[in-house]
Amino acid sequence: MIGEHVIVERQDFQKLLDALRHKGYQTVGPTVREGAIVYDQIASIEDLPVGWTDEQDGGKYRLKRRNDQALFGYVVGPQSWKRFLHPPVLSLWKAKKNSKGFEILPNASEPPRYAFIGVRSCELHAIFIQDRVFTNGKFTDLHYQARRQEIFIVAVNCVQAGGTCFCVSMKTGPKVTVGFDLALTEILDGQQHYFVVEVGTEQGAQILQQVPTKKAQPTEIAGAEERVAQAARQMGRQLDTTDIKDLLYRNLEHPRWDEVAMRCLNCANCTMVCPTCFCTTVEDVTDLTGTEAERVRRWDSCFTLDFSYIHGGSVRASPKSRYRQWLTHKLASWIDQFGTSGCVGCGRCITWCPVGIDITEEVRAIRETEPSRA
Amino acid sequence: MDTLERLLSEHPFFKDLDPRYIQLIAGCAREVTFKAGEFIFREGDPSNKFWVIRSGKISLEVFAPGRGPIMIETLGEGDVMGWSWAVPPYRKQYDARALELTRALEFDALCIRTKCDEEPKLGYELFKRFAQIIGQRLQATRLRLLDLYGSHS
Amino acid sequence: MAVTPKLQTAITVSADPMVPSPYRVRRVRRETSDTFTLELESVNGERFSFAPGQFNMLYLFGVGEVPISISGDPARSDVLVHTVRAVGPVTRAICKLKRGDILGVRGPFGSGWPVAEAVGNDIIIVTGGVGLAPLRPAIYYILAHRGEYGRVALLYGARTPADMLYKKELAAWRGHFDLQIEVTVDAARPDEWRGNVGVVTTLIPRATFDPYHTTALVCGPEIMMRFTVLELQKRGLPDDQIYISMERNMKCAIGLCGHCQYGPHFICKDGPVFRFDRVRGIFGKREI
Repeated sequence: MIGEHVIVERQDFQKLLDALRHKGYQTVGPTVREGAIVYDQIASIEDLPVGWTDEQDGGKYRLKRRNDQALFGYVVGPQSWKRFLHPPVLSLWKAKKNSKGFEILPNASEPPRYAFIGVRSCELHAIFIQDRVFTNGKFTDLHYQARRQEIFIVAVNCVQAGGTCFCVSMKTGPKVTVGFDLALTEILDGQQHYFVVEVGTEQGAQILQQVPTKKAQPTEIAGAEERVAQAARQMGRQLDTTDIKDLLYRNLEHPRWDEVAMRCLNCANCTMVCPTCFCTTVEDVTDLTGTEAERVRRWDSCFTLDFSYIHGGSVRASPKSRYRQWLTHKLASWIDQFGTSGCVGCGRCITWCPVGIDITEEVRAIRETEPSRA
Repeated sequence: MDTLERLLSEHPFFKDLDPRYIQLIAGCAREVTFKAGEFIFREGDPSNKFWVIRSGKISLEVFAPGRGPIMIETLGEGDVMGWSWAVPPYRKQYDARALELTRALEFDALCIRTKCDEEPKLGYELFKRFAQIIGQRLQATRLRLLDLYGSHS
Repeated sequence: MAVTPKLQTAITVSADPMVPSPYRVRRVRRETSDTFTLELESVNGERFSFAPGQFNMLYLFGVGEVPISISGDPARSDVLVHTVRAVGPVTRAICKLKRGDILGVRGPFGSGWPVAEAVGNDIIIVTGGVGLAPLRPAIYYILAHRGEYGRVALLYGARTPADMLYKKELAAWRGHFDLQIEVTVDAARPDEWRGNVGVVTTLIPRATFDPYHTTALVCGPEIMMRFTVLELQKRGLPDDQIYISMERNMKCAIGLCGHCQYGPHFICKDGPVFRFDRVRGIFGKREI
């Protein structure tokens, strides 16, 4: 059954959600809130962004009505799945004073079992990248691992590209190829509205048994493929990754960093919306009586001054050095650290930058104006 | 080669200097020994000598009223002491005091200046070597100016 | 050719590397006006093994956590020694601890000095300020295996004679072992100091070692290390025989929080000790 394609009609889609919930999964997926499509718990199809799409460009994001009732007719919003696997705030442990000093009680709460509904190919790759960061090194992030092991992934192929997308350049999409339980391609054709569903795992196949399906015809599969291929041709942005690690390593003093620093607000938005950015800080707090303490981990950003503080001052005191750190880490040193780029081409950092700084444009500028190499 | 010439050519400061020049400057040098605690010169003295140290340790000091003497640099085996002989107003700017028994070769600066004027190539060679030492001292001083181990380190 | 999978460091789920273990202060010794050496023992009676150059995360209940290098003897697993300089809120609080107080310890973390690889070589140790603390375990190790090394020189720079760490030990080492020790201070009064005055790099040209068979261990403020490396290079020491210890902001010490990145390296797991040729491309570059 793995590798097989079946058809699920739009009116049966609710049954997929029901089957997952019945299996004990918290179903998490896209929903419209405060003018954006965000990821949150969803119980029914009505929670999905039915008939909505998003318009994106540098520093610009708008929801717009579609002229159909597509469930996944948008691209990506400000959030990513990392907020579920790598929560923005997490209690690591609590400590209590006792006669011997203090004892530490690790946070042993059972992590939720999530079913992610509507994971895009770029987002799936972002999860693979965080897998490498958190579970592939000398030390493992046990909290990430516990959440990650349990997830069920319903991926969605993109049939349209967003204005800031460049997954083709990063070789992360738009077609979902690996690491999913089920992968959907949504087809709206005249009066027809159905999903071509590819089965990725045995668990995926088991869930589908609870949902009415029929075997997909070769023409239906080909039709779905053609729609994804069309999205690949519409990419809003491009990033030339040739020799990119060395290009950036040898241009640490390029004047472009000064130029971009004039525009960058150091607001950290790009790191918050990025699906792979993983940096955190910890806060040690006590209750008012001083008998209980807690260590809380929070998302952090290399754009803050505090991030690189060592007694006396910050190592990266200038905005320029912080932007350079972010971009060179994402596209260059990430490769040395984890054997992969840290960028999946989702375009979020471009869309959600308040001044529209475009990572693809910054790399292009450095590439095109690189001081001649002796 | 007499003893003085041999001692000169063995000192790192004169390393690889043309033996002809060694011979020439040896005429301006003599062996000296300073006892521990002995002052070699005082701030304000006319600067008409310099020394290449063969063994021992010398401290350069300034005297600050209310604080007493402050050691600002120590020099030892292989070092050269004194370059104010080469530039006007030819005056010593610090006190120099032997911290332990110190053996050195002492040069008559006037004699050296005359030799250098007569033999500009020798002069160029010597001044290159002094420039290097002045550069090193300047760099070492700048490093200390940063207060490396202070609370900002 | 078959690819051998890399051996993974065994991590059991129960041993969360983010959870500190309680240690009790056994003794506090004042080294200088703002630097203290703490001897700690495990409340649970655990033994502590580490490699010279590694560090721990020290946690003070409710105050916070800081990375501090281990400065005790690696041959002793019954006592854990840290020398702490009071420079921030957490270190200031740690320096106020008394005998019997409890603090949390996570570790040991990071890479160590190449004391095993250096066997057969001359050793030159160049250090300044509290930089001597992370080198002391290496010195203990080398002295315990003295016969396996050639000449050993320790060059140490401090601000003033009063700012020197481990004064008694320096004197003892000088007296009892085949070890060249040169100490220099930035300034001193003649009645309090009979040693060298000047920056530590000026001691390098006078140290005796064979540059082809020497391992240099360098730890101190970054500027001091930059000029030390230059002097060692002048003496003919190749970059792959020079080791430096780096410092950056650290929150997790296990390569996951991102704070200690230094170009492609994580100071906490790839360092703090680096072979110089591996970082020379970024060493000294501004704001990396």
